Amino acid sequence: MAAVALETPKPVSPTWRNFREALRRHPTAIVGGVVLLAMILVAVFAPWLGTVDPQAVAPVKRLKQPGAEWWFGTDMMGRDVYSRVLYGARVSLAIGIAVALFSTLIGLAIGLVTGFVRWLDAIVMRVMDGLMSIPPVLLAIALMALTRASMENVILAITLAETPRVVRLVRSLVLTLREEPYVAAAVAAGTRLPRILWRHILPNIVAPLLVQATYVCASAMITEAILSFIGAGTPPNIPSWGNIMAEARSMFQIATYLIVFPGICLSITVLAVNLLGDGLRDALDPRLARRM
Amino acid sequence: MRRNLRWFAGIALVAVAAAPWSATLAQQKVLKFIPQADLRILDPIATTAYITRNHGYMVYDTLFAINEKFEVKPQMVDKHEVSKDGLTYTFTLRDGLKFHDGQPVKSADCIASIERWAKRDALGQKLSEATESWKAVNDKTFTLKLKTPFPLTLDALAKPSSNVPFIMPERIAKTDAFKNIDDPTGSGPFKMVKSEWVPGNKVVYVKNTDYVPRKEAPSWASGGKVVKVDRVEWIYIPDSATAAAALNAGEADIWEQMPPDLIPLLSKNKQVVVKNIDPLGSMGMIRFNFLHPPFNNEKIRQAVLYAVDQNDYVIGIAGDKKNGKPCYSYFTCGTPLSSEVSAEPLKGKRNFEKAKQLLKEGGYKGEKVVIIDATDQPIVHSQSLLTLENLKKIGMNAEIQAGDWGTLITRRAVKEPNDKGGWNIFHTWLVGPDMVNPAVNFPIRGTGEKAWFGWPSDPKMEELREAWFKAKTPAESKAAADAVQKRAFEFVPIIPTGQFILPTAYRTNITGLIIAPINLLWNVEKK
Amino acid sequence: MLAYVVRRLFATIVVMAVVAFVVFLLLYLTPGDPAAILAGDAATSEDIRKIREKLGLDDPFLERFGQWLWRLLHGDLGVSIFTNLPVTHLIAQRVEPTLSLTFCTLVISILVAVPLGVVAAARAGSWMDRAVMAFSVGGFSVPVFVLAYILILVFSIELEWLPVQGYRPISEGVWEWARHLVLPSAALGTVYIALIARITRASMLDVLAQDYVRTAQAKGLAPGGILIGHALKNAAVPIATVIGIGVALLIGGAIVTETVFALPGIGRLTVDAILRRDYPIIQGVVLIFSGTYVLINLAVDLSYMFFDPRIRY
Repeated sequence: MAAVALETPKPVSPTWRNFREALRRHPTAIVGGVVLLAMILVAVFAPWLGTVDPQAVAPVKRLKQPGAEWWFGTDMMGRDVYSRVLYGARVSLAIGIAVALFSTLIGLAIGLVTGFVRWLDAIVMRVMDGLMSIPPVLLAIALMALTRASMENVILAITLAETPRVVRLVRSLVLTLREEPYVAAAVAAGTRLPRILWRHILPNIVAPLLVQATYVCASAMITEAILSFIGAGTPPNIPSWGNIMAEARSMFQIATYLIVFPGICLSITVLAVNLLGDGLRDALDPRLARRM
Repeated sequence: MRRNLRWFAGIALVAVAAAPWSATLAQQKVLKFIPQADLRILDPIATTAYITRNHGYMVYDTLFAINEKFEVKPQMVDKHEVSKDGLTYTFTLRDGLKFHDGQPVKSADCIASIERWAKRDALGQKLSEATESWKAVNDKTFTLKLKTPFPLTLDALAKPSSNVPFIMPERIAKTDAFKNIDDPTGSGPFKMVKSEWVPGNKVVYVKNTDYVPRKEAPSWASGGKVVKVDRVEWIYIPDSATAAAALNAGEADIWEQMPPDLIPLLSKNKQVVVKNIDPLGSMGMIRFNFLHPPFNNEKIRQAVLYAVDQNDYVIGIAGDKKNGKPCYSYFTCGTPLSSEVSAEPLKGKRNFEKAKQLLKEGGYKGEKVVIIDATDQPIVHSQSLLTLENLKKIGMNAEIQAGDWGTLITRRAVKEPNDKGGWNIFHTWLVGPDMVNPAVNFPIRGTGEKAWFGWPSDPKMEELREAWFKAKTPAESKAAADAVQKRAFEFVPIIPTGQFILPTAYRTNITGLIIAPINLLWNVEKK
Repeated sequence: MLAYVVRRLFATIVVMAVVAFVVFLLLYLTPGDPAAILAGDAATSEDIRKIREKLGLDDPFLERFGQWLWRLLHGDLGVSIFTNLPVTHLIAQRVEPTLSLTFCTLVISILVAVPLGVVAAARAGSWMDRAVMAFSVGGFSVPVFVLAYILILVFSIELEWLPVQGYRPISEGVWEWARHLVLPSAALGTVYIALIARITRASMLDVLAQDYVRTAQAKGLAPGGILIGHALKNAAVPIATVIGIGVALLIGGAIVTETVFALPGIGRLTVDAILRRDYPIIQGVVLIFSGTYVLINLAVDLSYMFFDPRIRY
């Protein structure tokens, strides 16, 4: 699980031009973004990139080394690894993005509320503590054991695990912002809460929230791989980078390619997302760099 | 600073003090064994799990046992007699049999153990139906009086695999048959050191120095059980790559069942041997749900017969032809009752056209087929993937719903339709000894609501099964078994998917491993 | 301050109570059936029903929760459905390996990461700084089990320096204990090192820019002394926070590490228990996890007072 905002960064509304300027000074962010985009395109256009049915089993052709006919070799059920890796991008990216989206939205909502409604704060933070005290791996296994292995369960479990961190970030940002003179003035003037949130609070937390979202995305993709390893991931006949590696784990000395190809794809993508996050953070507010 | 010094000194002292104790342990001969699963349940009557059965063979003994020629041989029994009318059996125990707590083995112990076993085991239940009474004549002799002749009596008492009629002390055997016992006191060649048991990690056994082995050479579970090591440790390693590495590094001596794909990892090591010491292997199978469409229709089940190619399943499970082969029989290949009678639909070139035709005749309207899968069981998982493929090839609307083994076991007990938590197909496998004849082969039984999961109702099969029980000669027995198999290929209670053997790997300084369908650790020596 | 500690402890109990209730409820609602698993493959529905009855699994919810709570208050966490061993005994057996792993991982991580972060901050912008940042980003881009396999391949199989798997208790010799923990700690620690190095660097940069540090430099204090004496102490607060949060991370990562290296720890105990639906174990372990987590965070919060005299409760 990736970095966490420690102290409260003093939020600053970026202008578009500043942003583009800053981005140009941080090439890593651009690299990260481009790689991520490339992976997304691969995932979307997988059927047209020379793949076959990733679930077609053919035991006779099992464990073939990578070569002319099977670019990434075949796995222990004779399925084409190249196709599985490309289609696997869909699941891994989908989970990463979905978790990032949900945890950000939910965390935002809860964080805003606890920041402003004091009596709820204590209760909600204790609940968040409780949630954070249950390791996400256990939560995922429990969910899988409750129903069955599915993408929804994985997304749910990882979202539950990542949301408390987003809540903490939003809450601390809100608490700081509340002390700002212009917010105090707005409150004194009797402005309604939703308007305060919309005009003063939200624009100032978009930036750190966005950065945190990228870290959550990266973390979620790794967690999915770990969950597949434990056996609580997505159903293994539908490939994801995590479960291709998990199924092949005992073969890492015999058929190393089964772990290498999905592993490289996963690591590169996660790296790219992390770099993107770092770059965004530096571009949006250099002071954030010291605090996130 | 001084505080740190003292702390260091303390640690050093502990390390030095610990050293001599480890040295003593090193004098003993310790056999390190990687078992097929993790031992959780100590009661071999309350569960049929093979790991518990293996534990049973370590700490318990049996009245009779089967040898490699499938003959029943006495084990704890010294001599036995059968009356002319076949209704009275008299058993006399050997001398010197003692339980691990020092108490001698008495008739009462044997009777109580068998009665408890008979409450759970299918063959035992059949024996009970024919039994009038068990009586202890004295501490070493007891009799069994039958109501009707039961030719399989000795076979029942010698049953090699789940559930095995192990003999326990009477006080333990009096426990309700649906409650687990947790006292592993038995009269077998090993004693379990329960205080050192770490479930999920380690089970420790020591040699039972009071055990009196028979004089014959060991053959399967019969013959002399001479223990040649001092201590056995079952070390459970859940990750097979780690297990292979451990065996290679000498951190373990024997690996009970290894995935054949990892053989290349061990073959480079001159100090490790990989061998098939299990003559009967295991049989994979596809099981249908007979309560709901589409598989409540006989023709549709037969359709699947024509689509399944055992060669694919065998490779999918066993990895290569050395470790598996097709077995077109409902009885374990390599045993007396196995044959290929009526096996045409399953054997030979696959006929997808005939399959599709049978589907039409059966009136298949595209109903959804849910295959429940356990992703943590590779044998189950590979079969699920192949069946999914086959069903799709013949045009059925099939899908896999995956979970873990626990989920599968729970879900298969559900009798609802598949959209309310039910199922249509699951896969599993049984070891060879559990499918050798119509008595132990429970998947083919057709007792409806009382049957195994799937609940097939086949009165004709039950009739044929009863007929087999009444067979008096080997020829009659074979003929009756053939009739049962013929019916099985018509009714299709399961589809056998092939016979596979998981090899055992062990280091070259280990000798004396018994070739048997169960991993037995007496007679094993470590140089 | 005492009042603060008491208030926090009370909050801990509340959190644990809520977690316990939620877990109990979840397990009660689950369709999973330990009786089916207990009975084995050949069992019939009738067998399973009888076993459920004997285990009391069909009793009403409040009755079962009440019983469990009552026993809990007497220090009895119940008995495993499968092994019939007391849950406290099972957990006690497994505590040492997990604690050892966590301890070694923490020690290795802090020893490696803090200096890395300090150096990177001191030489901000140089190649060393970039190397540290690259390593830290890489550290959490690779899943733990892949790292673990690579380490086993290199250090156990090829070089044969370290054992492949297993755990040796301290009572059997500290040297063996440590040897068996090196690879697992390294695998698990990589992510942690990356995280701590990053945070350390960030905090140090922040502090180094402060006025009082520049004053110290102007006064002529040695740079090393400044770094450690002033800057590190002030940066310790956020670092401690991360350590607290990271404990949950460790427990999660420990599950994978324990599986690959066959360490008989609590992580694996829990996973196995969940897969078998061994309710008493699951309930006991979750309770202990949440309690530990909250208590550690309390300890971390209290440690702030030590690092930053301005913070008072």
